[in-house]
Amino acid sequence: MAATFFGEVVKAPCRAGTEDEEEEEEAGRRETPEDREVRRQLARKREVRLLRRQTKTSLEVSLLEKYPCSKFIIAIGNNAVAFLSSFVMNSGVWEEVGCAKLWNEWCRTVDTAHLSPSEAFCVFYHLKSNPLVFGSCPRRNMQITILTCRHVTDYKTSESTGSLPSPFLKALKTQNCKDTACCSLLEQPNIVHGLPAAVLSYCQVWKIPAILYLCYTDVMKLDLITVEAFKPILSSRSLKGLAKNIPQGTEVLKKLMTTNEIQSNIYT
Amino acid sequence: MFVPCGDWVPDLTGFTLLMPAVSVGNVGQLAIDLIISTLNMRKIGYFYTDCLVPMVGNNPYATAEDNSTELSTNAEVYSLPARKLVALQLRSIFIKYKSKSFCEKLLSWVQSSGCAKVIVLSSSHSYQRNDLQLRSTPFRYLLTPSVHKRIQNKIESLNWQEMEKSPCIPQMDDSEFCVRVPGGGITKTLYDESCSKEIQMAILLKFVSEGDNIPDALGLVEYLNEWLQIIKPCSDDPTTPALPWKIPSSWRLLFGSGLPPALF
Repeated sequence: MAATFFGEVVKAPCRAGTEDEEEEEEAGRRETPEDREVRRQLARKREVRLLRRQTKTSLEVSLLEKYPCSKFIIAIGNNAVAFLSSFVMNSGVWEEVGCAKLWNEWCRTVDTAHLSPSEAFCVFYHLKSNPLVFGSCPRRNMQITILTCRHVTDYKTSESTGSLPSPFLKALKTQNCKDTACCSLLEQPNIVHGLPAAVLSYCQVWKIPAILYLCYTDVMKLDLITVEAFKPILSSRSLKGLAKNIPQGTEVLKKLMTTNEIQSNIYT
Repeated sequence: MFVPCGDWVPDLTGFTLLMPAVSVGNVGQLAIDLIISTLNMRKIGYFYTDCLVPMVGNNPYATAEDNSTELSTNAEVYSLPARKLVALQLRSIFIKYKSKSFCEKLLSWVQSSGCAKVIVLSSSHSYQRNDLQLRSTPFRYLLTPSVHKRIQNKIESLNWQEMEKSPCIPQMDDSEFCVRVPGGGITKTLYDESCSKEIQMAILLKFVSEGDNIPDALGLVEYLNEWLQIIKPCSDDPTTPALPWKIPSSWRLLFGSGLPPALF
């Protein structure tokens, strides 16, 4: 509880997240067996499904069993995706092999069957021509690269964040990743959370080499300068040889920007 | 589940497990950080679970360039075999409705690993104290019934204050009394589960308010030290450092980045 200058007593949020637990405890006391059963049914309905995009049928085996690869690249967020689409997937022939749909009780539809194709926000591609990117290697020899963005105000430094030369790249890698990052590593006390953290945690625990490239930017929507900040990664071991034509990539990126700009202008 | 760093599972038979409850002011977690940092405990594994919000960062206890690049996750296990101590550090909050599942998984690992006892460092909202608690020491302890008599006697000799029972439902006048730890996160669940599973568990907590909780964490580790004697108590020798506990390097910038000079 906290008192304000206006004489009110308000419930101050607890940074340890314990007020949720107290609500759960109280709810637990009031909840009937029927409530518990409803919650169990909902939990069972939550699913992450891997589908073949064109036919929308489920994949019978896991993606990596069907398409074993030595390099697995994940882009999270619009700027990271734009970078991969323009510079990496623009070279060579990439084939769409599947997509992931997920459902939990916070989705607005009833279940995954009702999710429209545009809501499949995770799509998998593999490079048909390059044997390095797919080849029958055991999982241990697989290297994972993750690209994502964060707002520069998330970055803790003894200087003021306003004076930082954003956008800038930072990296985090797992113990088993012997590659040198093409930028400096993320210093303490900075942390990463969310999907990139979940992937990196998995890789650290199960000893898979993985590297996360994090672009700190002050523009979270699709932005040319932010996307270009990822360019140093093209010469790293993770993406070496995958981007064949960088000037062409820049052209593709510029086209992507203009398409988006027109769409977002509400006055035309 | 516990996943070791190396290729073999370390033997924790007879060890004392120190762990925090994610609670008000994060005092338990800060205290565990101090213990791991001061005793230079070595990471022996991860507690890999889907119950905690994922997070990663570089080694929070880094002391030099060469040890600053080891990746850390949200739940890690450290040990000091010389003192038969093992510490579990939790670095993020629980996902909604998953805290009970976490407690069950944790206690099941405690039993299978052969740990002798568990000490939970926690905290409780200071505004929930009654009049008597306001006037007394802010530290409290709780022991499960299966705690060894030898430990019970030791605690008694320290003249510590046991956590008082309070009305189960505070709004009701004729409510029954039970042990409550408001703001304590999973403390109460861990205590109840340990009682029913006959696990030796001691809970050490402090009444705190959120803010700069570093002094609270220091207080809590000193309280623990009275019992476990982890480090030598402060002596009159002028050569010993004023602060016997080593502050981890990750505690920098706890209140955010630097300020723009133009502000002034």
